[in-house]
Amino acid sequence: MEVIFLLIGISLLLASTFLYLFFRAMKGGQFDDNYTPSVRILFENKPKKSNKNQSIKSNSNE
Amino acid sequence: MNPTNFLSTPTKCYHCGENCGNDNLIVGDKEFCCQGCQLVYEVLSENNLCSYYELENHPGESQKLKNGLSNRFDYLDDLETQLKLVDFQNETESHITFYIPLIHCASCIWLLENLYQILSGVVFSRVDFLKKQVQIKFQQDKISLKELVNLLSAIGYEPKINLSNLEEKKAKTVDKGLILRLAVAGFCFGNMMLFSIPEYFSEVQFLDKNFRGLFNYLNLVLALPVVFYSASGYYRSAFNSLKQRRINMDVPIVLGILALFFYSLWEVVGMNQTGYFDSLGGLLFFLLLGKLYQQKTFATLEFDRDYKSYFPIAVTKMVKNQELVVPISKLEVGDVIQVRNEELVPADSILLSDQASIDYSFVTGEEVPVSIKKGAVIYAGGRQKGAPVFLTIQKLPSQGYLTDLWNHETFETDKSQLLEPLSAKISGVFTWMVLASAFGSFLFWSFSDLSLAVKVFASVLIVACPCALAMSTPFTLGNTLRIFGKNKFYLKNASVVERMALIDAIVFDKTGTLTDPKHAKVSYHGIPLSEETKGLVKSMVSYSTHPLSNRINYWLGAIMPIPITEIFEIKGEGIEVFYIGQVVRLGNPEFTGFKNPPTNPTGNLVFLTIQGLEIGYFHIESGLRDGVTQLTSELSDSYELHVLSGDHAHEQEALTKQLGENIEFNFNQNPQDKLSYLKKLNLTSQTLMVGDGLNDAGALQESTVGIAISDQVSHFSPASDAILDASSFQKIPAFLSFAKSSRDIIKASFVLSFLYNIVGISLAVNGLLSPVVCAILMPLSSISVVIFTTLATNLLAYRKGLLIQKTT
Repeated sequence: MEVIFLLIGISLLLASTFLYLFFRAMKGGQFDDNYTPSVRILFENKPKKSNKNQSIKSNSNE
Repeated sequence: MNPTNFLSTPTKCYHCGENCGNDNLIVGDKEFCCQGCQLVYEVLSENNLCSYYELENHPGESQKLKNGLSNRFDYLDDLETQLKLVDFQNETESHITFYIPLIHCASCIWLLENLYQILSGVVFSRVDFLKKQVQIKFQQDKISLKELVNLLSAIGYEPKINLSNLEEKKAKTVDKGLILRLAVAGFCFGNMMLFSIPEYFSEVQFLDKNFRGLFNYLNLVLALPVVFYSASGYYRSAFNSLKQRRINMDVPIVLGILALFFYSLWEVVGMNQTGYFDSLGGLLFFLLLGKLYQQKTFATLEFDRDYKSYFPIAVTKMVKNQELVVPISKLEVGDVIQVRNEELVPADSILLSDQASIDYSFVTGEEVPVSIKKGAVIYAGGRQKGAPVFLTIQKLPSQGYLTDLWNHETFETDKSQLLEPLSAKISGVFTWMVLASAFGSFLFWSFSDLSLAVKVFASVLIVACPCALAMSTPFTLGNTLRIFGKNKFYLKNASVVERMALIDAIVFDKTGTLTDPKHAKVSYHGIPLSEETKGLVKSMVSYSTHPLSNRINYWLGAIMPIPITEIFEIKGEGIEVFYIGQVVRLGNPEFTGFKNPPTNPTGNLVFLTIQGLEIGYFHIESGLRDGVTQLTSELSDSYELHVLSGDHAHEQEALTKQLGENIEFNFNQNPQDKLSYLKKLNLTSQTLMVGDGLNDAGALQESTVGIAISDQVSHFSPASDAILDASSFQKIPAFLSFAKSSRDIIKASFVLSFLYNIVGISLAVNGLLSPVVCAILMPLSSISVVIFTTLATNLLAYRKGLLIQKTT
């Protein structure tokens, strides 16, 4: 039965880790915006065509 | 932009989805309605960003505000202004957050987050869709703030920068601390329950003695963060209220927490027994949960806007015929400024140009521009429509006619303290009752058995802990707030519900609140119009975006417009066309050459002449909102009704006929008058003010509850306690009676929790309370109160027709 002492310790440690992670996520602003990420995930990252020079040229036109 | 030729099939602009005109602009196989749209497309296609158009159809929709002045953002070169705007800056990088009201679809998010592909200086950009904000990190040596803002407005996303951005950074609306405290309470509560399960099921005797001790001490350790961290807000609040010699709801809660904690401490350490730590954890968990529930925020809405949030940051000042863009704070009386089309007049000033056409819709809610002659005063908040005009400043922006209101003392008082919440009244009585019975039973038992007396004393305090009492208010009000929100009625906080329940007088603003520009009554006077003339007028008005044109257009209905190639609109004057060699003019008397316009009209007049020949005029009056008549008749039974109007009294007769006899009308009210009127009314009754424009701001603030009506809730509305979407205007009686019922529900749930307390206390007084009874009674009372309030509010909302299907 003594193993329960160990198990309790582990379980408490595990639970406190999750609490800590939640604190970190909360303070890091992970829950500030809970809509935009749902849209963002649907964007595709298309391979860029190689017209980098052109895009820089257009900047100077701005 | 609008079709002037129906013979060819109208094509939709690839960028914004509006119909293209005759002079189609074509790039590849895409057609565009105007230069602006074409430009945006070209910028995007050059940078390989055409996925913008794949995510949504015509994403450029509703971005049309063309104000292409290149020096508009010159003030952003000012270092002082820059420092106030950026969130963070070091040698190489700046971070800034812009509010961009035009963000409206997935394409917007995509484009704004790919800014770095257009501008090499941008390092990172991230959109918060609900707040309509974009956070941009850029390297200031590669791109200046001004260039960045110029690019954003060139692609159709002009950030809104105004005075309040400069004053201070906004605080976060969501209380993060509360969520963290709730998390800790939840964590500790959960673990304590696990360790306490053997106690509940009387399995204790099978457990090793070591385990029992361990479990008890573990519970004690887990209770510490709950008592010292999670509950900290309650100690502060209770201490503050005691300092003011008052008892609020938090005082008995703190009493309960302390009694539970110290008695359990004594039991665990001194007696080697279990204690009630798990109950303590559960109590705090539910209390904080209720608090969070009540704190429903509408983060995207702003309730505390003052004049600063609509004033521009900079204006064009004329110095020796040179245009100079200066920050508004550096304006002085006597300065000459230039105000262009669609720009706001920042201060009370006198018109130097011959004529101006000022739209006061911000101020009064009436969107038809007012024509102003040279030498007349233009008040701050007006928007120029038409050619640029010159003005001399008469008063500093901070001292104008409207801004005076904000310096009024009314704006310094916090309304939530005006009314003592119901729970505060009851908690005073409750606390004394509990203390009296605790000390009474202590005295009674102390004669026979002192240790039993201590136990009884503590258990009375523990069982009488007003958890159910404390939970009924937040859960009821929180749910009420939610139901209101579903009906597009957004309250600033939960205490507004309690104040709404006490209303006995309602004051309406007339223009823009009772009347709705969209329900204009149009009538035509003069020589009857032939079908041909009607068609001609139709194509003229559909060309213009002036509000009066829109109304005539709507009134004409489905008449075939006559195709015309040459239409000229002179802003602030009228529209001119050439048709079969004749000049047709529609507009004001001077422009059309109408000699004898009717005097003292009760609305706006639009005149029509052909070759200088007077044909007739359109008479346009703003009509009442849908359902106003029914609304006032419903309300007049139980409330005192008042109407305040800035207009002349000529409409009183018509209004009395439509709205009913029992309404007190007051005309010619300026903003200050409205405020004093409310102040006077407040002496005898609890007032509800319903208004819309800035001119109601003082009255909205002075009233017990101020509701701002808005056609689009995310747009401008003056400071208020609640924002109501115009489409829910007819539901005001239902809202009021629902607020009253919520108050009744709170009372009923108080009765319920009192019953629990009476049972619990009578057991405790007699020394019969066992840990099991206590453990059952406490959560049972809390949970049943929560269930009762939630079900009752939903049921009442359903009966009042306020519960909409959740699918919407």
